[in-house]
Order: sequence, then structure tokens, then C-alpha cells
Amino acid sequence: MGSYVLRRVLQMIPVFFGTTLLIFLMVYTLPGDPVTALFGEKAADPAVVASIKHQYYLDQPVWKQYLHYMGNLFQGDFGTSFTGRPVSDIMANAFPVTIRLALLAFVFELVLGLALGLVSGLRRGSIQDTLVLVLTLVVISIPVFVLAYIAQTIFATNLGWVTPTVQDSRDLSQLILPAIVLGSLSLAYVARLTRTSIGENLRADYIRTAVAKGLPRRTIVSRHLLRNSLIPVVTFLGTDLGALMGGAIVTEGIFNVQGVGNVLYRAINQKEGPTVVGIVTVLVIVYLVASLLVDLLYAVLDPRIRYA
Amino acid sequence: MTTAVDSTRSKRDAPYEGPLLDVRDLHVEFVTRDGVAKAVNGVDYSVRAGETLAVLGESGSGKSVTAQAIMGILDMPPARIPRGEIRFRGRDMLKMGKEERRKIRGQEIAMIFQDALSSLNPVLSVGFQLGEMFRAHQGASRKEARDKAVELMDRVRIPAAKQRVNDYPHQFSGGMRQRIMIAMALALEPDLIIADEPTTALDVTVQAQVMDLLAELQAEYNMGLILITHDLGVVADVADKIAVMYAGRIVETAPVHELYARPAHPYTRGLLDSIPRLDQKGQELYAIKGLPPNLLRIPKGCAFNPRCPRAQDRCRAEVPELYPVTEDDGAPLAGRGSACFFWKETLHDR
Ligand SMILES: Nc1ncnc2c1ncn2[C@@H]1O[C@H](COP(=O)(O)OP(=O)(O)OP(=O)(O)O)[C@@H](O)[C@H]1O
Ligand SMILES: [Mg+2]
Repeated sequence: MGSYVLRRVLQMIPVFFGTTLLIFLMVYTLPGDPVTALFGEKAADPAVVASIKHQYYLDQPVWKQYLHYMGNLFQGDFGTSFTGRPVSDIMANAFPVTIRLALLAFVFELVLGLALGLVSGLRRGSIQDTLVLVLTLVVISIPVFVLAYIAQTIFATNLGWVTPTVQDSRDLSQLILPAIVLGSLSLAYVARLTRTSIGENLRADYIRTAVAKGLPRRTIVSRHLLRNSLIPVVTFLGTDLGALMGGAIVTEGIFNVQGVGNVLYRAINQKEGPTVVGIVTVLVIVYLVASLLVDLLYAVLDPRIRYA
Repeated sequence: MTTAVDSTRSKRDAPYEGPLLDVRDLHVEFVTRDGVAKAVNGVDYSVRAGETLAVLGESGSGKSVTAQAIMGILDMPPARIPRGEIRFRGRDMLKMGKEERRKIRGQEIAMIFQDALSSLNPVLSVGFQLGEMFRAHQGASRKEARDKAVELMDRVRIPAAKQRVNDYPHQFSGGMRQRIMIAMALALEPDLIIADEPTTALDVTVQAQVMDLLAELQAEYNMGLILITHDLGVVADVADKIAVMYAGRIVETAPVHELYARPAHPYTRGLLDSIPRLDQKGQELYAIKGLPPNLLRIPKGCAFNPRCPRAQDRCRAEVPELYPVTEDDGAPLAGRGSACFFWKETLHDR
């Protein structure tokens, strides 16, 4: 097991370099000149532009820029944004907000998704089951921004429970509605996946054995059925935790949550290389670590899987 | 002996004279998209303590469905039991409440399935799955349950039981897994064990060992045993009596050696003739012609008539009941019955 984890961590290294290089190249090839754009409508003094470019290493060929960036990164320096703010500072502000938002969404999809999947999986063909199927289908087929506007209209405009956009991104209670919108699509997938998995396992021979042993139904469901049924769901949830953090751009934009998504969106618009690369790098690492944890959890849930 | 054993003992010694299990006119059907499949159509059989009943028949004849109806583990729906009685120690289980029924399962009637690998939970250790019997039915603690699991594994002769109690099903060989299934069935010393093709999935050499173990433990605990199989070879050594099933009915019952010597139903005769024999090496194997009937459309009259070498007009019109089989002079043959109008003639066939 230990050597497996080590191997996986080692495998992360090329992935890490590969993705950062890729992002670097992508930002580099974005059309337009970021420094000139900084001056907006005003005509920029070529000398000033050149000095800024030199300061940000932009007058160098891309491979030199990359090496320079990586060199700084290994000294813990994520670089400086064009506004002069250190990127690490920007991230330290944005990531906690997004992590909170993603965790809220995650808890929401986990608890409600599993519960709905369990109810409909155990009572196939019932009214509850049909209801879950229809609702999840609706959620899956509606784009997330439409969902967000619907939520805003109902809960903010009509009911007045919340403000349409988030006033203070550090206030957890204000993040609840964005989190529900963010988690709703995954919730639908979790519910359907759980339902299918429960339905399949319910017909398995070992469940028949558990019934024949005279175990109470509660025990059969909680001890025999659930654990086996959760194996595919856990895989999905694990990869989704990473996706939630990176995928919050639309939701954060609509609800004005000052998280990573918002910052990233602005940075891409302004072709702010250091900020974009810094954020994406961290997201990639989060994703890699999450998928390693999923694989390890997988082995805990299913003893037939052994990593060596 | 432990206290758990004592409590089941006293229950078993209660004065009860009749058969342990008495199935009467049992019908089971499945509601499917294409119609109602009549899987069991009036089965009667009974088992006494210490007795082994072998149930024989081709695939699809309703052996397993009957067993599952007895265990109360049929999924209803799609299954339903429109008619019949399943008396256990004189009480009709079909009239019992769910909870009462559940307490019988595992404690008084236990079942062993064909494929031990898929019948054991892949993510729980065998020790846990064995110990669970004591925890669910006797409120044993985790520790007690584990100790009893080791004891059980020892009893079914699994080597190094203490070291292996925390292993998972996939870490055992097929034969060892089936021993674990047997141990699980045996755990609470039930009065009756139903073994549904317990050795079919095993290697031939292991088959005999597992079968011997089952027979030995059955004798030791004086349990009733229903042994479902389509392997006539397995039956001869262990069974006391045989019930042959065809299309959801018993077509012949007989003490085991009499059935082999003188079958009284053409279907039984066909089954016996299709066993490969050493002295006929090289000869083509006999097979009953045709296929078992579609349960959605069971033939009129005797269900076997389209495949029967003896079929007459009467067989196509009337359903034969299970007639008592006697000697030519009318002397009764205990325990023998045949659902054939021509049982007398069949008995004399050579
Ligand atoms: N859940 C179900 N739905 C519909 N039909 C079923 C169901 N379970 C069993 N049957 C039908 O009942 C009939 C009897 O099945 P059963 O399993 O009792 O046969 P069997 O005698 O045990 O055969 P085998 O030797 O193959 O195990 C089969 O034709 C089968 O198709
Ligand atoms: Mg069967």
C-alpha cells in the first residue's frame, strides 16, 4: 500500500509539469497584448509598456518565461499580478471562499443524493421513485445558469429569503443557495447512480443469502446492501469534489461569489498569466490528490481490490 | 456445550410427532410481461427429523422455487403463492406474520446455495458473516460472535480457522467457501437444512468431500435435509427418499434404492437412462427427447406427454394424480407414488 501511494505521488510530477506547461502555452497564445490592454482606451507610452513587459518577463521567449515561472514557484513564489498584488495573496483570499462553497455543495449532493437514490432504489416503481427520476432528469437537462436564475427569482425576488447575489462571500449562510445550485447537477447524478447500484445489488445472490439468514431488513440494507452499492458512487463523488471547485465559475459569476471561479474568469479576460497558471495549478493538484484518495477509499470499501 | 446449543436442544426435544416439514398442494407463479409462468403446480412433500429428501429434476422444473417458497425468500411480486400450505412442525408458515417468519429463517430452517462465491458478501469477512447469525438472532456481542465463527469454521474443518476468520470470501477456494456456507447454515443448529445444488459449482473431487461433510453433520445433529440436485450420482449415497419433479409437480416419489431399481414413471426412467455408466463406455448417451415445457403454456393433460414414449390419448386429456405404487399382488410399497396412468407397466419395463 505504501509503495502504491508513493508511486502515485511520483506519477503526479509529470502530470504537474505537463498541465502547467499546457496552461502556460494557452495563456501565451491568447490573442491581444495584455500590457497594452491595461491602459484601456488611452494610448500607452511604448517605453512604459516595454518596461512593464520586462518586469513581468513578457519580453522573453515562452520557454524562458516558463522556466522562470517554475523556478519561482519552487521557492514558493506564485508571481505577481499586473495590479501588483502577489498571486499567492489573491489565491489566499479566493480559495477559502470556493472551498467553502464546494464543500457545502458536496455535503448537499452527498446527503440528499444518497438519500433520494436509496429511497427510489429500494422502492422501484413507487411514486417516490418516479418522482426522483423525473426531478433528476429535469435538473440534468436544465443548464446550470438557468437553474441559478430560477433559484434567484424564487428565493430572492419572490420569497425574499435571500439577497439575489452574495454580499459577503465569507458568510457561510449566504453561500447556501449558490451551493445548492452548484451541487444540483451532481446531486442528480448521485441519486441516479445510487438508485441503479442499489437496484442491481438488491438482486445479488448475497442479499438473498442475507434474507435467508433471517437478518432484519434494516441490517440487510445498512450492512450488506449499502456498502456494496456505494462503491461506484464513491468514485463519482471523489472526482466530483475536484470538479466542483473548478466548475464553480458560472455559479460564482451569477451569484457574485468572490471565489476562485470569479478571479479566474477575470484573469483570463485580462490575460493575466501568473494568476491563471497559479490557480489552475492548485486546482490540478487538488484534483490529483482527490483521485488518489478515492482510489485508497475504494480499497477500503472493497477488499477484493489490493494495491501493491 | 454452550448455552445457545442447549436452548435449541430443548426446543427440538419438544414432543412433536408429525413430519418436520409438510408441503401440501403448493402453487407458485410468476407474473411476467408475457403472462403468468406457473413454476410450481401442486407440490407435496414432507421431511422428518434426520431424514434426507432428494429433489431431482431437469433445469426449470421448479426445485429452487419450491425451496425458496419454503424459506420465504421469494420476491413477491413477481412471485405469488395462490394456493397451498407449508407446514413447519405442524404450523402453516404461509399464514405467519413477517417477523415470525424471519425468526424461523436461519434459526430453524437454513439454506445452502449453489454458488458460494456470489452467495457470500464480497466486502465482509467470513468471520463477520458467520458471526452475524449469533448477533442477529441471539444478541451476541462482536467478540462472542467472532469466537463462535472460529468454532464453526473448525467444525466444518477449515484449516487454520483462527487465522482465517478475518479473511474475505475471495481469499478461499471454492470448496472452502462452500464449507463456510455450510457452517453458516449450521450456525444456530436448525431443524431443517435446504441445500440447493450445494456441490454443482465444485470440482468433482471436492464435491464428494463437501457432500460427505454435509451428510455427517446432518446425522450428528439429527436434522432434516432437503437436497436439491440434478446429479443422480450424488443422491444415491446420502438420500433416504427421492422426489422427482417435472414442470412444477412431483411425478414420482420413492425410497432411494427402489427408485433406482424400479422407476415407476417414464420421466424417471429417462433420467436414469441418461446417467453415463462405465460399462457402456463408448456408447452414445441416452437423452430424453424434446425440451421441458414452457411454463407459460404447460401442455394439457400430463405435462410430460409430448416427450413420453408411452403417451396415449388419455395422457393428453387428463392430468394424472400421484397414484400409490404397489406390487402386482397389491402389496403396498411404502413411500412410493407415481403420477403416471401407466405406472404398473413402467415398473415392469426392463
Ligand atoms: N423471478 C422469476 N421470474 C420469472 N420466472 C421465474 C423467476 N424465478 C424462477 N422463475 C421460473 O421458474 C421456473 C422454475 O425455476 P427453478 O429455479 O425452480 O428451476 P430449478 O428446478 O431449480 O432449475 P435448475 O436446476 O436450473 O436450478 C423456471 O422456468 C424459471 O424461469
Ligand atoms: Mg435451481
